[in-house]
Amino acid sequence: MATPTGLITVDAVSQAFPLDDGGRYVALDRIDLDIAEGEFVSLIGHSGCGKSTLLNLLAGLSQASEGGILVNGRQVTDPGPDRMVVFQNYSLLPWLTVRDNIALAVDTVYPQLSAAERQDTVERNIQLVNLSAATHKFPAELSGGMKQRVAIARALAIRPKLLLLDEPFGALDALTRGNLQQQLMQICQESGLTAVMVTHDVDEALLLSDRVVCLSNGPAARIGRIVDVPLPRPRDRLEVMNHSDYYHLRAELIHFLQEQRRLKQQAAAHR
Amino acid sequence: MPYLICIGGFLIAWQIVSLVLGVARLPGPVNVIVDTWDPYISQPFFDEGGTSKGLGWQILISLQRVALGYGLAALVGIAIGGVLGLNRFIGKGLDPVIQVLRTVPPLAWFPISLMVFQDANTSAIFVIFITAIWPIIINTAVGIKEIPQDYTNVARVLRLSKRSYILNIVIPATVPYVFTGLRIAVGLAWLAIVAAEMLKADGGIGYFIWDAYNAGGDASSSQIILAIVYVGVVGLILDRLVAWVGRKVSKGAN
Repeated sequence: MATPTGLITVDAVSQAFPLDDGGRYVALDRIDLDIAEGEFVSLIGHSGCGKSTLLNLLAGLSQASEGGILVNGRQVTDPGPDRMVVFQNYSLLPWLTVRDNIALAVDTVYPQLSAAERQDTVERNIQLVNLSAATHKFPAELSGGMKQRVAIARALAIRPKLLLLDEPFGALDALTRGNLQQQLMQICQESGLTAVMVTHDVDEALLLSDRVVCLSNGPAARIGRIVDVPLPRPRDRLEVMNHSDYYHLRAELIHFLQEQRRLKQQAAAHR
Repeated sequence: MPYLICIGGFLIAWQIVSLVLGVARLPGPVNVIVDTWDPYISQPFFDEGGTSKGLGWQILISLQRVALGYGLAALVGIAIGGVLGLNRFIGKGLDPVIQVLRTVPPLAWFPISLMVFQDANTSAIFVIFITAIWPIIINTAVGIKEIPQDYTNVARVLRLSKRSYILNIVIPATVPYVFTGLRIAVGLAWLAIVAAEMLKADGGIGYFIWDAYNAGGDASSSQIILAIVYVGVVGLILDRLVAWVGRKVSKGAN
């Protein structure tokens, strides 16, 4: 077993699901990954490569078939608010207002704080994502981008050790996505948050990440390559592309994804 | 405007059929109004003692029975449905029993309940209860089973207590389903009360229909038709009322 060096240690994790015909579908095959405190890591790969499976394992929403995950040296056995997830489809409770969605999280995680302190936390995090005007609205009254900001505010409000984001901006239009990426990046940097984000957007991964972990195609996905992103911070999403390393890094990721696509097509042709 | 033309057409067709069959066998709309105007339409709340009461009173008697039986069915049905939805083992085990019992027609319960309760009024209320309870149980249980994974994931990550999970997620997520059940149930309850009162009861709109039929007077068919119209209108109002309450209660959930 590897000695834990960072905040999170993913140690030889495999994940298999039983199939209806009695067989096993191996989604992830012996994944090893160390994530340092304050680091922003993206998981990238083609659909079906097990990115979300790995994220669910980190969250504790499912258990690895083999291997284990350590957070702060402690094995992950169940979900918990120290590893808060920003879900792909926002997962806001539609019968609660913006304020109450966040308050439910804060009240549940910090019962020892006074009501005033908890309320203050809620208000601060609503302001953080610029949603003060929508405090008393229900999710159905919000645009997709606003809903995702509520989900992010809810996650940040409980101050997790690790923020897990599952394609957080996938469903948003380009303009909204760009603004939210910038906001998320600033928040993560200011609060020194450790984050793991699943994405299939190469530019999004480069803008936000310190490292990009490329997963090979499933079944039995493995880490194909880890790309360090040494672009200086603070980054700006419009200026980052002008950095001399940017296109070299981008080409490396695109090349990996294209290679995986070719392998996938070859595998399909053989069948 | 389409209502006016179509309903007018319907009334004219009815009047023509009535003229062909003869007004003694099937009174037309005009005859119904003329025959029943005094006292049944003009004085809905007359009371000559015994079971000779205005249609307003008869409907209120029926509604009282429905309120009791349906209210009980709602309480018990939601409770049972909740247990079936939250507990996989019980839910699975009792499913065959529910599937069989829910198809039993309302009146098939009447003889057994008369034997058990030895009282027509209690039996009528029990028939409403047992008729109305199945859709409430089933919809409540389905609503709980269909809680989206997204919401349960939020509950798991936040580590909501069982109490908070039921209060903040199970109940609000299930309310629309429960009201679908309640709405089906109120229709069945109204259906059952009229039928049960026709068999054996003192007063009530079903009793009024059967009493008019047995009396066999000149205006009997008109009285029966008038009562049928009232039954339909009250049923519609009950249905809309439950739907309206459902929308109010599940505000924001959809």
